[in-house]
Amino acid sequence: MEPHELIVCGDVSLGYEGQTVLSHLDLTVREGDYLCVVGDNGSGKSTLLRGLLGLLAPLSGTIRRAPELERGAVGYLPQQTQAQRDFPATVFEVALSGCLNQKGFFYSGAQKAQALMNLGKLGVLEWKDKSYRELSGGQQQRVLLARALCAARRLLILDEPITGLDPAAAQDLYKTLHYLNKTEGMAIVMVTHDLAPALRSARTVLHIGRQGNFLGTVPDYLASPLGRRFREAEE
Amino acid sequence: MSVFQMFSWPFMQRALIAGVLVSLCAALLGVSLVLKRYSMIGDGLSHVSFGALAVAVALGVTPLYFSIPVVILAAFLLLRAADDPRRSNDAAIAAMSASALALGVLVISRTSGMTTDVDSYMFGSVLAMSWGDVALSAVLCGAVLALYVLHYHKIFAITFDESFSRATGLKVDRYNTLLAVLTALTIVLGMRMMGAMLISSLIIFPALTAMRLFRSFRGVVLCAAVTSVGCFCAGLTVSFAASTPVGATVVAADLTVFLCAWAVRTLRR
Repeated sequence: MEPHELIVCGDVSLGYEGQTVLSHLDLTVREGDYLCVVGDNGSGKSTLLRGLLGLLAPLSGTIRRAPELERGAVGYLPQQTQAQRDFPATVFEVALSGCLNQKGFFYSGAQKAQALMNLGKLGVLEWKDKSYRELSGGQQQRVLLARALCAARRLLILDEPITGLDPAAAQDLYKTLHYLNKTEGMAIVMVTHDLAPALRSARTVLHIGRQGNFLGTVPDYLASPLGRRFREAEE
Repeated sequence: MSVFQMFSWPFMQRALIAGVLVSLCAALLGVSLVLKRYSMIGDGLSHVSFGALAVAVALGVTPLYFSIPVVILAAFLLLRAADDPRRSNDAAIAAMSASALALGVLVISRTSGMTTDVDSYMFGSVLAMSWGDVALSAVLCGAVLALYVLHYHKIFAITFDESFSRATGLKVDRYNTLLAVLTALTIVLGMRMMGAMLISSLIIFPALTAMRLFRSFRGVVLCAAVTSVGCFCAGLTVSFAASTPVGATVVAADLTVFLCAWAVRTLRR
C-alpha cells in the first residue's frame, strides 16, 4: 500500500450471512479524492460504507486500510437518528467527542483547542455553548462535521448527509465539503441520492447497480449508459 | 415525630442507605437508557425480576442469587432485541414483560397463595432491605460511579452516536452490555423496596426531568443524580410520616418534580 492510499479494495464481495450484496469491486481511495457513491435503494451502498469503515469483513477479496484508519482516525458522518436530533448536549461536547479515538481518559487542553478550532473552521464556534437540539438540521451537520474533523486528518466518509436538510442548507453543506476537500486536502467518500449537486463537486463516481458497477470520472459517468439516463432527466 | 427519630429505626436506616444508592445508580444509568430510547428495557427487566423473585421464593432459594443471573440474562436478550433493526422490538419486550409477570403470579398462587407476598413484590415494602442488600447496593453504586467517572466521555459518545463511536474504534457492544448488566442489578436490588411495577420510574423520571432543565449532557447527568436522590429521600420521609407505601410515594415525588421541570421549560420558551 502506497502512503497516499487510504483504502484499497481488491475484488471485494460484501454481504451478510453468506448473502452477497455487492460483488467484485475494485476501488482505491487516495488522499484528496472526492468520490460519490450512487445507486438504487438496496443496491449495497450502506454495506459498502460498513466495509470501508472496517465494520464488516468482506466475504471475499481484501480491504486494506491505512494504519491510521485502523486506529480509528475516520471522519465518519452517519445518518442522523431521531433520538440524536433532540439530544441534550452542547455543541462543544459533541465536537470534542471526535477526539475520543486519541489516547487518555480525559481530554487534554490540546484536544479542546482542536475541537474549538474545527468548530471555527465550520463557522459554528459562536454556538459552542448552545444545545445541539436547538440547532437547525444544517447547523447540526456542521457540528457533526467538526466532530469528524477532530477524529480524522485525511478522510471523511458521509452517509446521505443531506437527508432532511432544506435546499439552502444542502447547498451550504456541499460548499463546505468542497472547501474541506480543496483547502484542507480531506479525501471525501459520500453516499448520496442527490446526484446533481454532488456530481458538480465530486471527481469520481461509483455507481452500484444490480447490472454491475461503474467507477470513473464524472464526465465519463455522464457519458455512460447509467449516467446518460440521469443526465437526460436533468435536462 | 422528628426526622431524627424516624431514622432511629434500623429498617429506616437500611431503606435510606440502600434507596439513596440505588436511586443514584438508576438515575445515572437512566440518562443513557432514556437517551438511547431503551426506556422499555428498564420496564421489561423489572417484570422479569418479579417473575424470577416469585420462582426463587417457591424454590426456597435466596432471592438475589436466583434473580441476579436470570435478570442479567434477560438484559442480554432485551438488548439484542432492541438492537435488531429487522424486528419490531417493542412488541417483543412487551410480550416478555407480560409473560414474566404471568409466570410470577402463577407460581405465587400455587405456592404461598395470593396474599400479601404479591402485593409487596408488586408495589414494594420499606421493610424489604436487609444489611446484605445494603452492602450489595454499595458495591453496585461503586461500580456505576467508577464507570461514569472513568468512562464519562465514552459513555457520552456511545449514547450520542453509536455508529460514529463504532467507526472510530470504540467497543460499543461491550459498553452496552455493561450498561444492561448494571441496569439489571439496579432493578433487582431496588425492586423489593420500590416494587416491580414502580422501579422503572426510578430509571426514567430523573432523566426526563433533567432533560427538561439542562442543555448539556454533563448538566443532565448531574441534575438526574441529584433529582433522583432528592426525590427518594423526600418520598421515604413522606411515606413514613403519612404511612403510605414507599414505592408509590417516591414515584409521586418524581412525578411532581418532573411536572415542575416541564412547567419551567414551557414558561422559559
